[in-house]
Amino acid sequence: MIEMILHTILLLGMIGAAILVFTFKDLVSAAIAFGAFSFILALEFYLLQAPDVAIAEAAIGAGLSTAAFMIAIRGTSRKERDEA
Amino acid sequence: MQMSSIVRTTADILFPFILIYGFYIVIHGHLTPGGGFQGGAVLASGVLLLLFAYRYNESTRIVKKTVMKTIESGGLLLFIITALSAMLLGAGFFFNWAASGGMIFGDLVAFGSTAANLNTGGLIPIMNLAVGIEVVGAISVILLALLSGIKEKI
Repeated sequence: MIEMILHTILLLGMIGAAILVFTFKDLVSAAIAFGAFSFILALEFYLLQAPDVAIAEAAIGAGLSTAAFMIAIRGTSRKERDEA
Repeated sequence: MQMSSIVRTTADILFPFILIYGFYIVIHGHLTPGGGFQGGAVLASGVLLLLFAYRYNESTRIVKKTVMKTIESGGLLLFIITALSAMLLGAGFFFNWAASGGMIFGDLVAFGSTAANLNTGGLIPIMNLAVGIEVVGAISVILLALLSGIKEKI
């Protein structure tokens, strides 16, 4: 029962973080929201008893790819332009 | 752009602990979850912390691209030499000749459910170590190449 509640909370949090990534116009905020999404995904992997994948997801998804997005945003522009 | 002194002090304090945790994941690869790739990624995120906390000119004095390339090639070389070393003894490629041999990582695995022994596994911990060295070098080279492409150096 408690496991079902935890799964529900984590999946709803993942959906919320994904919607935030989609709606943010500030790209730094979107990259941080993507890091939060990766972290919740790592917790979900751990709950599904795949700790190996969880460590890889936490290190690559939440750490390194967020940093790569940050560097890319620094090299281009920070705001997303509306295409008419 | 210069990061604040809070960020830099936090990075300085956290860096050795991240290194120790990554090395723990690498060296316990044959006993617990994790292994060469995961531990190497954790080690590389420690290097990333230094790269972000300091300016580009300051951090590239510590983390040089040529050094990281050498580390990556050294890890690959260690892996392939370990794999080829079995062929010198007349066995097949990747044969685990050091398991239960009494030398380094050569203890016999006890039967049944006992406490885990780090000194087992033969060539597997050595190959995990090689993969960890290779991954930390490769990811550092990727990050340095990304950082060096920006006009306004951070």
